[in-house]
Amino acid sequence: MKAVADLLPEREPKARPTEFDVERVRRDFPILARKVYRRPLAFLDSAASAQKPRQVVEAVRRCYEQEYANVHRGVYYLSERATEAFEGARRKAQRFINAADEREIVFTRGATEAINLVASSYGGACLREGDEIILSTLEHHSNIVPWQLLRDRVGIVIRVVPIDDDGEFLFEEYEKLLGPRTKLVALTHASNSLGTIPPVAKIIELAHRRGVPVLLDGCQAVPHTRVDVQALDCDFYVFSGHKLYGPTGIGVLYAKARHLEAMPPYQGGGDMIKRVSFEKTEYADIPSKFEAGTPNIAGAIGLGAAIDYVSGLGMEAIEAHDQALLRYAVERLSEVGGIRLLGEARKRASIVSFLVEGVHSHDVGTILDRTGVAVRVGHHCAHPVMDHFGITGTVRASFGLYNTREEVDALVDGLHEVRRIFA
Amino acid sequence: MSELRELYQEVILDHGKHPRNFHRPKGCNRESQGYNPLCGDKITIYLTLEDGLVKDAGFEGAGCAISMASASLMSETLKGKTVEEVRALFERFRGFVMGQENPLEAAGDTPDLDKLVVLSGVREFPMRVKCATLAWHTMSAAMEGRKEEVTTD
Repeated sequence: MKAVADLLPEREPKARPTEFDVERVRRDFPILARKVYRRPLAFLDSAASAQKPRQVVEAVRRCYEQEYANVHRGVYYLSERATEAFEGARRKAQRFINAADEREIVFTRGATEAINLVASSYGGACLREGDEIILSTLEHHSNIVPWQLLRDRVGIVIRVVPIDDDGEFLFEEYEKLLGPRTKLVALTHASNSLGTIPPVAKIIELAHRRGVPVLLDGCQAVPHTRVDVQALDCDFYVFSGHKLYGPTGIGVLYAKARHLEAMPPYQGGGDMIKRVSFEKTEYADIPSKFEAGTPNIAGAIGLGAAIDYVSGLGMEAIEAHDQALLRYAVERLSEVGGIRLLGEARKRASIVSFLVEGVHSHDVGTILDRTGVAVRVGHHCAHPVMDHFGITGTVRASFGLYNTREEVDALVDGLHEVRRIFA
Repeated sequence: MSELRELYQEVILDHGKHPRNFHRPKGCNRESQGYNPLCGDKITIYLTLEDGLVKDAGFEGAGCAISMASASLMSETLKGKTVEEVRALFERFRGFVMGQENPLEAAGDTPDLDKLVVLSGVREFPMRVKCATLAWHTMSAAMEGRKEEVTTD
């Protein structure tokens, strides 16, 4: 039963907003007002996980307090409402990344599960011993290990596109690696450790000329820029809800319908079947075929609310805001002596990794913590990037829609404190 | 902030920047590796054990100021101790970095503990306790001739 709202034509906003009032936005995030060690909090770790606006928390609460029941199976009012909300979230995800069909949106636990799903199901069915896949040095472990597990099972060969010391994806090397045995390219849309955005349009265009499908890991892209999977023409696209100001435990696998239709199921159970008997089981249509068991209903609804929130601000406005902060941060960090910025690609997400001369990243992080500044230190689940620079970890500051110039200033003040202590 | 000042006080910063016994002693007959993958602290502990006595101790490695300072301070206190004395020291050290023992009381009754007590500030930083204890757990493995790589992650 469709809701009336879904029958009305999509109303296009008159003009896409290009800026928003960050102070007003911050009031939507109660956690940002809290103190840590009696200092104001400067939360600069959205790349690890983003904070949630009231609107997302409210949507989850409303679900549990007023419209909760299991989805898809009930004939009673609450189940219909819950199913509407859940499938409504699916349509929101579809519109958010401009997928052609809502059946091309599979809800998963997160990007990691989404990639594992593709590696296991698509990889297991379509890739053979000796087939090659292309990854890059920039990849998060979640876009490396599932392919290694596939390699152990099936014997595929993994080829890796290197980076240079600016953290740039070396496109000429990618061209050389794309060969007659290449069967899949799986790359980050934006590096979580260096922020680098590879030239994805060119990458996909070249791969498709050779008949090779492409998977993009969009975890660090979707919070910061408008993503259009039809314009990109990627075959698979993954992202996690919790990095998009939504709840944990929910993520999206987008895949072209023809791929999903050809792929065998990933997990078996209820909801992904049409009919079960011990002799023969018939699987459900997509996307249900890939959604076994009771889904994270409230999580999906929360993700829908997060999508509404960022869409309300406007992705163009968010991108402008995040990029301006990135520029300001790079400028201010360059003024502090003994700071080495790592990876300064021409196109990057609002993430900055750096080293403090003579001070281990963990010590930097501990001291910054006590000044109220939250950054991540370590390898960021990107050992290959660390190995490229011959280091064990960096300090990483990442900027989201609620961050301010004052918080960048707090980071810089904290770094001066670090230098003072270790002088 | 006073907790920060206590953790990163002069002695610790000094040992972190200029670690003592930062080498493999000649005649070393025990060796063990320690590694915390989550933060990248890596350490090798070298001991020269003779007749149940630690004749010499040294270490090599790379890591945060806390892990290096702890290894450096430890290496100074081990020399000339019996294996039993070293075990007892380890127990007491663990006690006050994990907040189970009052460092001021600890300092009073055992020689060398007053040197190690400078690290007790780490009790206010639960995520960093493992950095302080890595050297000791690795040393313990070396002393007992255990082969597997040690971790405190």
